[in-house]
Amino acid sequence: MEIWYRLVDGLLPFEWGQYSFMKNALLAVLVIAPVFALLGTMVVSNRMAFFTDVLGHSALAGIAIGVICGIHDPTWPMIMMAVILAVLVNVFKGVTRASMDTVLGVFLAFMVALGITLLSRNGGFVKYTVYLIGDILAVAPGQIFWLCMIFLVVLIYWCFLGNALILTSVNSSLARSRRIRTFLVETSFTVLLAVVVMISIRLVGILIINSLLVLPAAASRNFARSTCSYTWWAMIFSVVSGVFGLVTSFYSGTASGATIVLFLVGCYVLSVFAGRWGFRAKVRG
Amino acid sequence: MLSQNNGTDPACRHCCIRIEGLCVSLGENLILDKVDLHVHCGEVLAVVGPNGAGKTTLLRAILGEVPYRGSMSSLIGGVERRRPKIGYVPQKLQLDLDSPVSVADLVIAAIRHRPVWFGVTARDMGKAKKILSVFLADHLINRRIGELSGGELQRVLLAIAMTAKPELLLLDEPSSGVDQKGLVLFYQIVRDLREQHDISVILVTHDLSGIAAYVDRIVFLNKSIVAQGSPEEVLSNDALLGAFGPPGQWKGMV
Repeated sequence: MEIWYRLVDGLLPFEWGQYSFMKNALLAVLVIAPVFALLGTMVVSNRMAFFTDVLGHSALAGIAIGVICGIHDPTWPMIMMAVILAVLVNVFKGVTRASMDTVLGVFLAFMVALGITLLSRNGGFVKYTVYLIGDILAVAPGQIFWLCMIFLVVLIYWCFLGNALILTSVNSSLARSRRIRTFLVETSFTVLLAVVVMISIRLVGILIINSLLVLPAAASRNFARSTCSYTWWAMIFSVVSGVFGLVTSFYSGTASGATIVLFLVGCYVLSVFAGRWGFRAKVRG
Repeated sequence: MLSQNNGTDPACRHCCIRIEGLCVSLGENLILDKVDLHVHCGEVLAVVGPNGAGKTTLLRAILGEVPYRGSMSSLIGGVERRRPKIGYVPQKLQLDLDSPVSVADLVIAAIRHRPVWFGVTARDMGKAKKILSVFLADHLINRRIGELSGGELQRVLLAIAMTAKPELLLLDEPSSGVDQKGLVLFYQIVRDLREQHDISVILVTHDLSGIAAYVDRIVFLNKSIVAQGSPEEVLSNDALLGAFGPPGQWKGMV
């Protein structure tokens, strides 16, 4: 951490760069933003945006169960809850013919209601609002270590299974005929997603975590013409919005997560125009 | 039986795939009932039947995607195995028009471990182009898969299926979403493949128009095998005419 602090002092001689909480938050953003962008590319390609929203909201139920069991740090019950949910939904997808959004709607209702009911006992829900909007400025060096671990795991996962994920998302029968174990690929991806979402929920909040996953990929998709540009542009949007959002929130005194999302929405709007303009140019050419 | 050469000869020594007594049920419904099917090496077999006849289920059983009763084996060059090496061309994919995956990405993702999101090397690009050129699709290499026409997508998927050097090629409804010109081109490519690689092909379709010239044998499937034999025999079969109507009514008939 010392090296990072000195680096920021040397390279970023701004007012916000003097506070160690901002240095921590900046490092957290730089580590987690590419992770969200990578996972988001597959979330968008596989039409899982609603699923990740449900996943984020299941944190409420996880926290509640942690509180009831007397666990001080709710991260583990949250991860357990999300992993169980991810596996359940994946198994369900294979056996039911009901529309997936209906099934997810039921899961969402259950998770949120369970969480609120348990946490609001004796009117104590206010304590937990930090989980709703998140607080990236409160990130501790210990948490940053875990974020770095996640970054490595996702990167390695993407290097080994990136191609399998693409084939599976295009057509699962096609992938299976190439000897890809699609159930394993899909399940491991959702479990990874669940773990990442839960570890970062304290930082960005239940209400907006889904935007961080969906927006970079959605923006990139508006003009990307290959998997490579899709992935890298999503990461660029994510990191740039993360840094600008964080710094803006420092000066405006607003919640960092939400400010970052606003920057991402800006990127999305720009990308719509970029996509249209590119399309027109192509037609004329 | 319609023909002496009906494919179920027990003495067959070069069966690419031998299916005996295949039954598949989904819940309470029996989808396939005691299907016996032998496909010889280098044979192009069309499985025809009305919608809901169990054609796609048959393919999924061969791919091992649905549980089935009955036996399945393969005898190629005197070696007996449970299944031959399979190349699969899926039915017209439900693709998002804005899917960023390019043709090159899809081909390279299928043949290489190096992740395509990291960027593709010029060498892999060349390799993909070579693979696609056999199927008259090399000019599509930089197009996104959502931009391809039905026929173009079929050829790209066929190119990918062939990279696995399959012994048996499964084609699921190649005519869906493909215009007549594209379909003729596709069937010609399949016929050439068979001649060059001695590969067996099972092609499933509900569109009878124009297939007679490209297949060796037709199986009329409607839950179980109703008729099989040479194209001339099966296409004039009463049961088939009852299900599909006279030839003039076959979709896209030329």
